[in-house]
Amino acid sequence: MECMMQSGSQAPVIKMNGVSKFFGDFQALKNVSLDVAEGERLVVCGPSGSGKSTLIRCINRLEKHEKGEIDVEGIRLNDSPAALDAIRQNVGMVFQQFNLFPHLSVMDNLTLGPMRAYGLTKAVAQARAMKYLERVRIPDQAEKLPRQLSGGQQQRVAIARSLCMEPKILLFDEPTSALDPEMINEVLEVMVELAETGMTMIVVTHEMGFARKVADRMVFMDEGEIVEVAEPEQFFTAPKSDRCRDFLQKIINH
Amino acid sequence: MKRFFLFALIAVGLSGCTGDNWGWYVVDPGTPNGKSNLTFLISGAWNTIVLSLTAIAISVVVGLLVALPGLSEKRGLRWFNRIYVECVRSVPILVLILWVYYGLPALSGITLNVFWAGVLALALSDSAFQAEIFRAGIQSIGRGQYEAAQSVSLNYRDTMRYIILPQAIRRILPALGNQLVYMMKMSSLVSVIGMQELTRKANELVVTEYRPLEIYTILVLEYLVLILIVSQGVRWLERRMNVSEG
Ligand SMILES: Nc1ncnc2c1ncn2[C@@H]1O[C@H](COP(=O)(O)OP(=O)(O)OP(=O)(O)O)[C@@H](O)[C@H]1O
Ligand SMILES: [Mg+2]
Repeated sequence: MECMMQSGSQAPVIKMNGVSKFFGDFQALKNVSLDVAEGERLVVCGPSGSGKSTLIRCINRLEKHEKGEIDVEGIRLNDSPAALDAIRQNVGMVFQQFNLFPHLSVMDNLTLGPMRAYGLTKAVAQARAMKYLERVRIPDQAEKLPRQLSGGQQQRVAIARSLCMEPKILLFDEPTSALDPEMINEVLEVMVELAETGMTMIVVTHEMGFARKVADRMVFMDEGEIVEVAEPEQFFTAPKSDRCRDFLQKIINH
Repeated sequence: MKRFFLFALIAVGLSGCTGDNWGWYVVDPGTPNGKSNLTFLISGAWNTIVLSLTAIAISVVVGLLVALPGLSEKRGLRWFNRIYVECVRSVPILVLILWVYYGLPALSGITLNVFWAGVLALALSDSAFQAEIFRAGIQSIGRGQYEAAQSVSLNYRDTMRYIILPQAIRRILPALGNQLVYMMKMSSLVSVIGMQELTRKANELVVTEYRPLEIYTILVLEYLVLILIVSQGVRWLERRMNVSEG
């Protein structure tokens, strides 16, 4: 079931080779290999529990893999703190539950990382924060607390918070799953614009409209394996595996 | 409404205090002797307050320092936390006060005056409880907050300082308030080594005036007032901090 895809001519920014991840006896990732090229937009889908979150969490080392190698921007992920720092600065993450810091204003949510990790002065960090708040179209909410914003606004703040670290790669773990339907689009729009800037993105989502629009490649996972990797056109019209076909049928007809 | 009942209760209590058994003259502010007695009793308040506040400040810091290893992934550090908490918690405060004041100098050559011996014993004893409170408070903060902090490259120290502790402290504020009240009451035990706080003053006055009923009643009221003020203060702080809670 192992699946390898070479992508483009440049050296990949993410190289995963034979990666396995265990939670106790349970194997959440089974010998996964995947290369991601610079500027590439990957959309990952698959049934619940198939290991999508685990896959992207291994890439910024929120989870430690037990077997195989992961290189991000040429840095091998291991226990070395220097590697960890470099990875966390290169790779941003947007969570399903936003995970904003509830006790800090929007502005402080955005400036804390750049000030503490990059040593930016407050003024520089705030200018940067305003730039990205404008990018996600909520510059007027800077002084509010997260809970005073709608879900869609909160998720856009979370995206801006990641952007303030100026990462090379952005990971999204079901960024619209916790949102009310009417707020999904405002977040997806921001993500589409982001994709247009050439940011390398890996997005776990079941928003197939979004996937068709921005994905360079689709990744389908099931039971801890990457079952299929294909360009969207082929993925949606002629999936190779039965598992993938069943899955697509379910989410499109639901 | 609650306050009204409280005052009503005190009023009824006091009106019962006018029978033959009572001799309020000892603390009657209208007479020179009563006035000086009353001043003498109240003069212990300052020491009670300073003693309790100093002790709680130290115990909060020590408690936090003991709580953090308890949350570590390293088993040795968690063991340190458990042993500290279990040992300190099982020594009665009074015994700890006596040991620190009379035992510690013999053991180490360090002699502490009554104030610092009292502070040390109270702080030590309370730190075990503070450690447990902090541990519970920190554990109540979800994993998502740590992950978000990591995703913006905060290190462990910054994560604790800017993200986890500010949220944890808001949640444990009521428990810290209880602990402060407890500390104020337990500070009365330091009277046994001669600390001139509220209880000690009352004891000394009882010896000279022979009116334990009135003097100890005043003592009860002194603690009551002090602790009501402290609880109100803690409430106020809670409300203030909750305004910015998320
Ligand atoms: N911390 C953990 N401890 C134990 N098991 C875990 C842990 N995290 C994930 N798992 C298990 O690993 C498997 C893959 O989980 P993962 O969260 O990656 O799935 P997913 O594809 O993201 O699913 P979903 O669509 O529900 O988010 C699941 O069976 C899950 O129960
Ligand atoms: Mg998931």
